[in-house]
Amino acid sequence: MFHRESGVFKTSYGADMALYPLPIAKWTVVVLALIFVVIVPLTVHEYYLSILNLIFIAIVGALGLNILVGYTGQISIGHGAFMSVGAYTAANLAVKLGLPFWLTLPAGGLMAALIGVIVGMPSLRIKGLYLAIATLAGQLIIEWTINHVPAISGGAQASIEVGRPNLFGFTFNTQGRLYFFLLFFAVVAIVATLNLVRSRIGRAFVAVRDQDIAAEIIGINIYRYKLLAFAISSFYAGVCGVLYTYYFGIANYEQFQLIVSIDYLAMIIIGGLGSVLGTIFGAIFVTLLPIVIRIFMENVGSLFFTTAEMANVISGLRLGVFGGLIIFFLIVEPEGLNRLWRNIRSYFRVWPFSY
Amino acid sequence: MTRFVRSWLGIAATTVTLAVGGGQAFAQKELVFGLQCDRTGPTANVGTVLCPGYHDYIALVNSKGGVEGYKIKVLEIDHEYKVPPAIEAHERFKKEGAVLEGLYGTPQTAALNKKLEEDKILGTSPGFGTASAADGKRYPYTFPIAASYWSQGGAAVAFAKEKLGDLKGKKIAYLFYDNPAGKEPLPILEDLAKAEGFELRTFAVPAPGLEMGAQILDITSRYKPDFIITHLFGRSPSVSIKELKGKGFPLSKVVAFVWGSAESDIIAAGGMGVAEGYNTMQFAGVGKDFQVLKDIEAMYKAQGKTPPKEMDSTVYYNRGVFIAALHVEAARNAIKAKAGAMPTSEDVKKGMESIKGLTLGGLLPPLELTAADHEGGGWVQIWTVKGGKLVKVKDWFQGNRPTIQKHLAADAAKS
Repeated sequence: MFHRESGVFKTSYGADMALYPLPIAKWTVVVLALIFVVIVPLTVHEYYLSILNLIFIAIVGALGLNILVGYTGQISIGHGAFMSVGAYTAANLAVKLGLPFWLTLPAGGLMAALIGVIVGMPSLRIKGLYLAIATLAGQLIIEWTINHVPAISGGAQASIEVGRPNLFGFTFNTQGRLYFFLLFFAVVAIVATLNLVRSRIGRAFVAVRDQDIAAEIIGINIYRYKLLAFAISSFYAGVCGVLYTYYFGIANYEQFQLIVSIDYLAMIIIGGLGSVLGTIFGAIFVTLLPIVIRIFMENVGSLFFTTAEMANVISGLRLGVFGGLIIFFLIVEPEGLNRLWRNIRSYFRVWPFSY
Repeated sequence: MTRFVRSWLGIAATTVTLAVGGGQAFAQKELVFGLQCDRTGPTANVGTVLCPGYHDYIALVNSKGGVEGYKIKVLEIDHEYKVPPAIEAHERFKKEGAVLEGLYGTPQTAALNKKLEEDKILGTSPGFGTASAADGKRYPYTFPIAASYWSQGGAAVAFAKEKLGDLKGKKIAYLFYDNPAGKEPLPILEDLAKAEGFELRTFAVPAPGLEMGAQILDITSRYKPDFIITHLFGRSPSVSIKELKGKGFPLSKVVAFVWGSAESDIIAAGGMGVAEGYNTMQFAGVGKDFQVLKDIEAMYKAQGKTPPKEMDSTVYYNRGVFIAALHVEAARNAIKAKAGAMPTSEDVKKGMESIKGLTLGGLLPPLELTAADHEGGGWVQIWTVKGGKLVKVKDWFQGNRPTIQKHLAADAAKS
């Protein structure tokens, strides 16, 4: 991630596919673990932990979407709805059957995977914009269903309150504790995705994305792999929805409307399609940008505006800057923040002798 | 400049911003109020008027020396009607030591109910949020002050009864936005339909509610009701007024819930002249004929500024003043109870629960908040469009209160 040898020296497929390309990479992971498990929770204020928590949840959902859109090349604007499927599955199991989170969480993911496969079935026949509209229909149908079936939604309010996650009598009820809960799942999601994309399945996804006819000719069952991509991707989305449910303490489909699907698409496009690190960058960027702009304006804006004006200025500016930065990034670096990061890295690799 | 340098400049700017934001000084003798707003989301038409009203009232209080010697600092966060930013906003308020916060939006309130309780910071959700949150024992830190959707439903039926005489055998149509908030009053309406003997039929408008020609046609040509109750949000109330007017339905037989009741909704439907007779439900006073609004105008004039144009949109502006007044009163009660010492968020919660007899010259209903009743009675007024402006036709009343209390008790027993 942060280091690279000064050329291409790999001589076997095994070396090329290794999770740790260099021995030093293991130490990087150790250092990162130390920072996020020990230093950050001990030194950082709870408020910043709460932001990190939102980022962790976003990473899980964005990784799932990137597997589908970035790696397999199948677009989906129904991921918000898949999240709500996971959320309501988990909430119903937790409330009606009293199941603990380590059962409701995979159950929510599996249910979302099932629904995701159904919504993804049109991908076997259509591509691109057509598929986008098909998944959009999926989003709207799922929203409507949850809103109108009390057996799922738990009544007119369409919201089900769940307790805080509990493990062996330990309740994750503060931001500091939820931090570890969510960090664990974000790490699992990252490691799982890293391993998925360097496996046979991941390579098959990439082959389907690059040219599905060619992929079929070299022996990849594209139907199977397209549906598998939808299943895995929706599983992530479902887990993301379950995490939101436990984090908010409530499942409510209004938290997973179309705008959420769009936000997650923005994350992976800004971060970089088909890249795990890019997904993380994108999740951080989209979650943090409004907050950074607001804090910046709160401190600097008072020099130019009165307090009354400022509220409107901050709101408007945030939308403007957000939209402007997306356009800026896509012009400067169409491959997203991940590519920008790699450019920085390769600059330093030969620094100061760039020629 | 190379691409590389540009990237680093961006990162550096971000870092500086975060560092500056991290270290804010906290002055003594200052109370922090948190306020969540929607100035840019789907209900921006509310937030852009309501929030300035809130700020202006706080500024007025501060200009008169604050509340019991404490200055009030308002921290406003716009969450765009999204849930994760609302969570972030709450954590930020907590970090800054806010003693209370104003919530905005039903899904946001739902997601924060539990956090408010855990962090012991009260949140107000006037005119929205979960109706069952009126039960202070179940939701100790949530205050759906003024009128929940249940109370509004009860009041709408009471008003229809007053208009039609007897409801027995009459037909009432309920036109609502097809989301949880829109469906919330249904149990109350169904219950009252049985008790009063009227026929109720519901007509759902799917989001975003800008297209309801089919529903209106169904109502006016096929169902032909004696009365229509509408419960719509955002831009859809004005569509409903326009469509009903177009089909020739008498608007005097229509009553809108509190979020379809602003001047802007009526003006967007073609102006006050078009909507003659349209009945609106209000949980705060309408118009400019209140001393507190004159004081705010005087405050602006004393500073040599013209009063903001938001003041002309009195429905939402006055609601902002209403919320601010409740927050200030809660803080005042808390400071008094502690004999001038800095109140904690729990003290302010107790202060909120002892609000009684605060009217601001009729801008506020005769609320009485207690530890058990966080709604304060569920009072509303009816204002009708008459001769180009909103005129009060029914003063503060509680419609069908026993039914609502019955449902609150049943809901509490269920959990």
